[in-house]
Amino acid sequence: MITLAHFLTLGAVLFCIAVAGIFINRKNVITLLMAIELMLLAVNTNFIAFSRFLGDASGQVFVFFILTVAAAESAIGLAILVVLFRNRATINVDKIDSMKG
Amino acid sequence: MTFPLICFYLFAAATTLAALAVILVRNPVHAALCLVLTFFSAACTWLLADAEFLAIVLVLVYVGAVMVLFLFVVMMLDVDLDPLREGFIRALPIGIIVALVMLAEMLALIGVRAMDMPAVPDPAAAAGISNTTWLASTLFSQYLLPFEVAALILTVAIIAAIPLTLRHRTGVRMQNPGKQVLVRPRDRLRIVKMAATKPAPATEEANTP
Amino acid sequence: MMLSKTILLLIVLAPLAGALIAGLLRNVIGRAASATVTIAGVALSCALSFYVLHQLVWGGAATFNENLYTWYQVGHYSAHIGFLVDRLTAMMMVVVTFVSLMVHIYTIGYMAEDDGFSRFFSYIALFTFSMLMLVMSNNFLQLFFGWEAVGLVSYLLIGFWFKRPSAVFANLKAFLVNRVGDFGFILGIAGALLWFGSLDYAQVFAAAGAPGSELLKVEIIPGQAWSVATVVCLCLFVGAMGKSAQVPLHVWLPDSMEGPTPISALIHAATMVTAGIFMVARMSPLYELSETALSVVLVIGATTALFTGLIGIVQNDIKRVVAYSTLSQLGYMTVALGVSAYAGGVYHLMTHAFFKALLFLGAGSVIVAMHHEQDMRHMGGLRKQMPITWITMWLGSLALAGAPGFAGFFSKDAIIEAVGESHRYGAGYAYFCVLAGVFVTALYSFRLLYKTFHGKPRYVVDVHHGHGHDDHGHHAPGHLAHAPHETPWVITLPLVLLAIPSVLVGWSTIGPMVFGDWFGNAIHVRAANDVLGELAHEFHGAWAMTLHGFKQPPFWIALAGFLVATWIWLFNPGVTARFKSALKPIYSMLVNKYWIDELYQAVFARGGIALGRGLWKGSDAGLIDGVAVNGSVALVDRTSATVRWLQSGYLYHYAFAMILGLIALLAGVWWVAQTAL
Repeated sequence: MITLAHFLTLGAVLFCIAVAGIFINRKNVITLLMAIELMLLAVNTNFIAFSRFLGDASGQVFVFFILTVAAAESAIGLAILVVLFRNRATINVDKIDSMKG
Repeated sequence: MTFPLICFYLFAAATTLAALAVILVRNPVHAALCLVLTFFSAACTWLLADAEFLAIVLVLVYVGAVMVLFLFVVMMLDVDLDPLREGFIRALPIGIIVALVMLAEMLALIGVRAMDMPAVPDPAAAAGISNTTWLASTLFSQYLLPFEVAALILTVAIIAAIPLTLRHRTGVRMQNPGKQVLVRPRDRLRIVKMAATKPAPATEEANTP
Repeated sequence: MMLSKTILLLIVLAPLAGALIAGLLRNVIGRAASATVTIAGVALSCALSFYVLHQLVWGGAATFNENLYTWYQVGHYSAHIGFLVDRLTAMMMVVVTFVSLMVHIYTIGYMAEDDGFSRFFSYIALFTFSMLMLVMSNNFLQLFFGWEAVGLVSYLLIGFWFKRPSAVFANLKAFLVNRVGDFGFILGIAGALLWFGSLDYAQVFAAAGAPGSELLKVEIIPGQAWSVATVVCLCLFVGAMGKSAQVPLHVWLPDSMEGPTPISALIHAATMVTAGIFMVARMSPLYELSETALSVVLVIGATTALFTGLIGIVQNDIKRVVAYSTLSQLGYMTVALGVSAYAGGVYHLMTHAFFKALLFLGAGSVIVAMHHEQDMRHMGGLRKQMPITWITMWLGSLALAGAPGFAGFFSKDAIIEAVGESHRYGAGYAYFCVLAGVFVTALYSFRLLYKTFHGKPRYVVDVHHGHGHDDHGHHAPGHLAHAPHETPWVITLPLVLLAIPSVLVGWSTIGPMVFGDWFGNAIHVRAANDVLGELAHEFHGAWAMTLHGFKQPPFWIALAGFLVATWIWLFNPGVTARFKSALKPIYSMLVNKYWIDELYQAVFARGGIALGRGLWKGSDAGLIDGVAVNGSVALVDRTSATVRWLQSGYLYHYAFAMILGLIALLAGVWWVAQTAL
């Protein structure tokens, strides 16, 4: 019998893997973007689980919106990545510090 | 242990392993492919939660569109991977520790045992409608405005992505259809008036041997 | 029958109109017209004041107490302009307008050569208006307005010759010392409003006199519950001390002699300085509630009466002698108030106004004759040149010294007897002071006369100078361009007109005003405090009092003073030098006025400067500029410099910070959830 805890644990594991991914791949923007996608996936899993176990459609609606926003974010993020690479010939985050105060 | 639970464990394991691969493999192309696998497996677990519509959307939108976009970008950019892997080993323990601490906290917060609640009967099935109908009836009534806003956000994202990547190459010959349409005959054609016949050269000399 | 509102308004507004016309249009209408218009205004005011007095005393008019104009109303507090005209007010109005009129006329002669002629007339007319507003007020707010307005005009007039540094110093001093008094005064007014709920005299007196009001206590010093009446009365008296120049706020009055002599007569002798006396008399229903306050009044007054008179003996400036005499006489009035003999104090105020104005104007006449030489060491023997001034000054001095039959005798004798009769705490000290003061008064009065009018001339007439160099101040001390002569009629006329009441006013008025019930409800004395009522039993007419006066100690003391003065300054002028060396410590103490000026200079002036400097360096430069302004800038600067380090620009640092925050948040939520369970 699948319980809510199964799904929540899966979400937590995915999220933590994503966090670890951000840490260990901190120089590669592409992998960073992928880790963020993983995080969103973890969140979506939680939403779906709650929606299912509480019998409420709102959770799934939110997943719908998150997917929308995530798609938009990927599109913009990759566009920025392309422009960045075109201008700097690198995607190494270490080389991108113009935001330094 | 029921069959769905076995399936869940299988898919969850696949998801987890694929996710680990995403962050650990060296090649971004492989990482993107692993991410596709992660999404696939996750969609399967969603199916187990009776979220058919979203599971399909995840596969279609993410795997079909977003991940392909990722692959395109990764392949299109000629990325030098070596500098990007610098410090990978050094950061690994920190990443693992942080992730484990966070996991422990989350699990403690979830209270794995306390949340052992069984699922309520699937409301869509109970109402005799499909999951898609059930979701749509909520989406297009209660969440109509957010839905429209989401549509707007996607449009904005598309429009934003285009000027970001658009560039004018110099030194490239290309047609300008606007100029082609606007062209007028007199720009291309010059009418030169000239006599229809040319006066013959003086014949006397010709005749003079 | 009622007094006419129109007449009362005319009395007040006529001098104001004169002041405005003379002040604002002085360049248009010229000198003569300025003088005419102000004198006309004050003369009208004076005539109508006499009419009002007549109506109140003989015409049977009722006390007038009405609000004429409401300035504002807030909740149940309201501020009005209103008049309270009873016999006390009427008497003050007559005194003020009469003396003011005399001074106006006198000024024509005294200021004839001055550039500020029109300005001066404008000021003194404005003063008359302010003083009338003060005495005619029926509420504390208007009283305060008048109080400050006369203070302002006093300031302007002391500094009338604003090109003299000493005049500027003197008017600033007067202004600052009066601020101290006015601070107490406004606290007293605020206290009256707070505890008695009104600014209107009648309502305040009713509330203060109501049964149970004596239970109102306030703890200004924790643990010391003081009666509210005492606090209010003491605060108000601080104001009176400033305005009426009582010790220790007396220091401004001698310096105020820097102003032209007419205003010394009008403001600093006859009227403004008596505002404090008038105010306390007006507040008699309040003061009767507080034995403590009255004792303070008594002791302060007695101290002023004796010790400022002593200074007068050693002064050489003719005006300063009269100024110290004024201080001393103000002390007498205050003493009278202190023993609940309000009528006696006010009566002395009236007689003093006449003879002190006379003395000042006489001194001014001498000064004019001596071409603005004020030092008595360079006078002498003037009686032949200026007989009218000489005789009127003698009459004024006799009145001041309390020669039986003169106005000053009746008022001062009544005060001394009232003090002797009183059993209030401090009355014994006061009795000693006023008796000794009589001796001192005689001493300095006749010294002034002898040094000025008798003996041999101690000035030199430099005839060779001619008339072309008639400017003042071009001569060495004691050197005159031409011989002194009697002053013109505009100066002597006021002297004569003031000499008449100085001599005669006592005979008809002492009975009703001091021992009778002339003031009616205007002055309230509790039966237990009514020393004048006690004395009234022994009063059998002015003539009897005069005869009786010859048997009383004050007369003999005054006579002793007269004889000593005559012996020293008329017959043995050289003996003073020996006294000076024999009594050197006392002499230097008196010449230095007990070093009070030096003390104030050291403590308050230097203290103020030090405080100001401290606040400037410490508070303004240090705290506000240093800490608040530059400090916050530095703080922001330093903080940003520190925080800037966090802004590495590397994306993963920000992500790391976010994740750490997330971990902390999760831990916090988990902890809260744990404790909540």
